[in-house]
Amino acid sequence: MSETDTLARPVRLALLGAPNCGKTSLFNALTGGRAKVANYPGVTVEYRKGEFSLPDGQIVELLDLPGVYGNTGKSMDERIAIDAVNGRLSGERAPDAIVFMLDAAHIETHLHNVLQAKNYGLPIILVLNMMDMAARDGLNIDIPALGQELGIPVINCVAVRASGRAPLLDFLTEWTGDVEHGSAAVPKSELGDVRELQQRARSATTRSVSRVHQIETFTHRIDKFVLHPVLGLFILLGILFVMFQAVYTWSGPAMDMIESGIGWLQGVVSAVLPDGLLQSLIVDGMIAGVGAVLVFLPQIIILFAFILLLEASGYMARAAFLVDSIMAKAGLNGRAFIPLLSSFACAIPGVMAARTIEQERDRLTTIMIAPLMTCSARWPVYFLIIGAFIPEGRVGVFSQQGLVAFGLIIVGIVFAFIMAAIFKRTLARGESSGLLIELPSYKSPVFKDYLRGLYDRGMIFVNRAGRIILPASVVIWVLTTFPRNAVSINETFAGMIGNIILPVLQPIGFNLEMSISLIPAMAAREVAVSSLATIYAVQGEMVEGQMTDIIASQWSMATGLAFLAWFVFAPQCLSTFAIIRKETNSWKWPLFAFSYLFVLAYLAAAVTYHTAVAFGLG
Amino acid sequence: MTSIPTRLTDIARSNRTRILGFSTTDPVQETRLRDIGFAEGDRVEPLHFGLFGRNPMSVRLNGAIIALRRKDAQVILVESVQS
Repeated sequence: MSETDTLARPVRLALLGAPNCGKTSLFNALTGGRAKVANYPGVTVEYRKGEFSLPDGQIVELLDLPGVYGNTGKSMDERIAIDAVNGRLSGERAPDAIVFMLDAAHIETHLHNVLQAKNYGLPIILVLNMMDMAARDGLNIDIPALGQELGIPVINCVAVRASGRAPLLDFLTEWTGDVEHGSAAVPKSELGDVRELQQRARSATTRSVSRVHQIETFTHRIDKFVLHPVLGLFILLGILFVMFQAVYTWSGPAMDMIESGIGWLQGVVSAVLPDGLLQSLIVDGMIAGVGAVLVFLPQIIILFAFILLLEASGYMARAAFLVDSIMAKAGLNGRAFIPLLSSFACAIPGVMAARTIEQERDRLTTIMIAPLMTCSARWPVYFLIIGAFIPEGRVGVFSQQGLVAFGLIIVGIVFAFIMAAIFKRTLARGESSGLLIELPSYKSPVFKDYLRGLYDRGMIFVNRAGRIILPASVVIWVLTTFPRNAVSINETFAGMIGNIILPVLQPIGFNLEMSISLIPAMAAREVAVSSLATIYAVQGEMVEGQMTDIIASQWSMATGLAFLAWFVFAPQCLSTFAIIRKETNSWKWPLFAFSYLFVLAYLAAAVTYHTAVAFGLG
Repeated sequence: MTSIPTRLTDIARSNRTRILGFSTTDPVQETRLRDIGFAEGDRVEPLHFGLFGRNPMSVRLNGAIIALRRKDAQVILVESVQS
């Protein structure tokens, strides 16, 4: 291989191992978290690619793969990991070597997975992670002896500390040279089925691992409460409740700041630019539209602060355990909980995370109900309407607005269960695969990984504002501004379009502005808010981002509530249908999802509106 | 004392047992259990049970904790271990 070839093609290592063994922590620590694929919270559903340099300056490419047990690829994400190692992922060359990672505390349980991985026929090393915690729990591993037993290099590691990663980096500096020149040893394949490999692994650990048996670890003490059949469910409900309360009560000051910042910016632009179309485009179109959505950034950040914390601490798998028997009633299993919880942030990573579900029918059912979880794009709509119609007071210690939001989330969940039960009895009949997951030890999250995850989520939201909300706002501004001689919204292009669909939406209490806003909101649900902002701004009824006041004065309570009910189901989000199309490889499922969501949204809004009118709120 | 093969689902909480084998006609089910770490000779101890029908259950398996449904747990045959 010539010098230029070597420079053009760095050594590529694949990080393989069971879920939760710390692969992603090591990946983030080595590469600084700069990965090619956005990392959604929840499980690593896509592989990620990054680069880092060794102490001698050599560049190494690293693949962070989904967690995998065994080598048969029972679920979609396991198959991705195995395909990546075998070089069967389209557009990706195979890795040059495997770095197999194992949580040292689980060495007896998972060592046979390394023997299985030897059979991929690549140079391989075993990295024992979290050696510090294993030692604390009374585990003693004779590393040279273990290496001899397995016939591959074994390195100890504490992925989250620089000093803990040093032995690995030192080893890689030597090893990658050999890997690059093809002179690294490829270990002998392991013959035999999984049972024989387990016996081989067991005899290896008997000779190299000793354990001072600890009766009760920290994790077991906590689990006594957290996994208690009754108390545990109350703890879970409590956590979710606090989470949604916090989203409302902690976000106020930051939101006020952003709101006044937007108002200030509109003031500055209005002062600098002469009155006219350009000023209107920027102030009423762009700033009003994007600002109306950006203002919800603090709430999104708080929501994710909780989700990421639950994930990183090891609690999320417990939640799956706790809800499993409830999910079973809908024909699903606890594994579906993680994709569904991710869907509270966004249905897209949720639909993708369903890849961890082994049974295809369960996966389809989970994908179908994922859009019913209250995703972050609904929050701007909820916040706006709740802010306009629900008084700020408290019920006991709870914020009244927080309670209503919590209620909307519950309605979404209840319908998700009803729909899942229906799907499992009709379209996706069959027994569900079991819940078979590891409950990781509790650990305090790595602060840097945590902040990076939070930053990534915030940026995804902000980027959406730029990529989707901004163009949508401009389109809405054009439609609401032209033709120039229009004296009311009725005579603009937007009004004409709105008037066409108004007859369909009027029976469920929607007005012209709402009808108009729903069209661009097909792109993304929160566009409804930015569109309303632009519509009212162009009409000159809004000064300085006081959307809630306008809504409160122009809409009846019944109309507002009907709008809320619509958005519990809202068949609006092209990206979600696109990802369903991709993940199911058919048009049938996205079309079906759209149709059933539309019917539910319409019926829910109708029932809500007419009930509210009957109670005199019309 | 002779060992009597018992289903893991018939073991009470916090009783230590050793795995004797698997009694399933479904090779996929057995592979799934083996892949995640269940093997002959392993120490296994039920820890927690779910609210409805004591389902699912969590067990201590060597140094790890695994959650599984009774449907899977009942094919794991174990014997009691004197502590």
